[in-house]
Amino acid sequence: MPADPKNSKPKKSTAEAGIPGAFEGETVTRRRFMTGTAHGAGAVAVTAFTLPALAIGVAPVFEKHDQPWQALGPPEDFDDKSYVAKTFTATAGIGEVGKSTVYVRKYNEQIDSEQRDEYNAYIAISTRCMHLGCPVRYVAASELFICPCHGGAYDKEGKVSDGPPVRPLDRFYTRVQDGLVEIGPRFSLNSEMRRFSPRDPGQPIDGLGQYIYPARPTVRKLPGT
Amino acid sequence: MPKLKLPLPPGLKPPPERPSENGHGEDRSALKQAGVSAVDWIDERTALSGGARWLMFRKIPRGTNWFYTLGSATLFAFLSQTITGVFLAMYYDPNATRAYESIRHLTNEVFLGEFVRGMHKWGSTVMVILIFLHMGRTFFFGAYKYPREMNWVIGVALLILTLFMSFTGYLLPFDQRSYWATIVGVAINGTGPLVGPYLSDFMRAGPEFGATTLPRFYSIHMLLLPGLIVSLIAAHLYLVARQGTTAPPWLRADKDPDLRRDET
Repeated sequence: MPADPKNSKPKKSTAEAGIPGAFEGETVTRRRFMTGTAHGAGAVAVTAFTLPALAIGVAPVFEKHDQPWQALGPPEDFDDKSYVAKTFTATAGIGEVGKSTVYVRKYNEQIDSEQRDEYNAYIAISTRCMHLGCPVRYVAASELFICPCHGGAYDKEGKVSDGPPVRPLDRFYTRVQDGLVEIGPRFSLNSEMRRFSPRDPGQPIDGLGQYIYPARPTVRKLPGT
Repeated sequence: MPKLKLPLPPGLKPPPERPSENGHGEDRSALKQAGVSAVDWIDERTALSGGARWLMFRKIPRGTNWFYTLGSATLFAFLSQTITGVFLAMYYDPNATRAYESIRHLTNEVFLGEFVRGMHKWGSTVMVILIFLHMGRTFFFGAYKYPREMNWVIGVALLILTLFMSFTGYLLPFDQRSYWATIVGVAINGTGPLVGPYLSDFMRAGPEFGATTLPRFYSIHMLLLPGLIVSLIAAHLYLVARQGTTAPPWLRADKDPDLRRDET
């Protein structure tokens, strides 16, 4: 603008700029208005199909999944010395793929450092290794949970005794209902056996870890535990 | 020489003939004539020959050698993955309860099924290796420097997308190895601070491996990523054609004789 002294002030309206057929008080040329409208309509159309499509892709991140209580067997199946492996449905609707294994025993004061409460009359330990998620198995001879992938090992309480895992094995809430032992939702533990909302393998939750790896909207521990 | 206009460099072109002249092509078969006129018909309406010549008859620097074919090799590996993948998709069932059975059927019972699946499986490894060789060529020849930085960036994006392809494709056979490798891979992704846990939920479509995880991986593998890769390859090739290739670093640029005289 300063380069052209005759046109130093920008025109406020089309009438001022001398455009033929200008309306009173019109500030945008009709060509400019039509261009803007066409581009705007295109942007609205693209947004109208892109946003809902993205939404159905991202929605599962915000949907809460409730793990229903499911029966594992009568209390006589379990003792407080060693673990019994039981199969349960971790994900419904996908047949064999959704099945998983849980190791269960009775609460034992000599083994368990945590306080007894309504959800741990039976200790149900998840087989998901807390290094990267391979399935651990309990070896009765050495009293260790051992992971086949990278050599993670856990003691009888599920605490890390060797290898790369970052926290104790996850557990499930348990209760006895209608004469059957049932397991409910999964929860995670830090190294002091405090309960946390379930985290994925590889995420330490001691100290800052619980904030660096926050709980997700999809799974929560039971309130008040 | 046929009258075909497209792929001939200027030196090889026959002198132009007038279309109205009758004398041309007495030795030409009618079939050849038909082909040429079909191409002419298209070119008259699309003017593609200019673009085709621009793309194909570029000047290349002295010293161009076999290392310069690695990019094309990668492109052909991608084409092979595309073609085999399209036909594998005709047999595949992305359902957690039926995926393994559909792969077993394809491998054991479909004519050449095992061969085509093998090409897709091993071809993916070949493609990743070729990308790294191509990247190494670009790096050691200094071909990423001005004005080609943007093509390097596009190339890195293509590398990352290809690794995403490998990751999502690994789940699809849905055997024990696929399943557990994906569990581990998603867990590794989850160790990213702050966003990792949410990204893992996004990849699995939930807190656990569920009914929609496999279709999600399948859709990303065969629709989303190939679309992105094809468009980025187009941009990559456009920039190669526009900027030309670099001479190998061991060749010095020819100096203008006048300049050389000035130096002495």
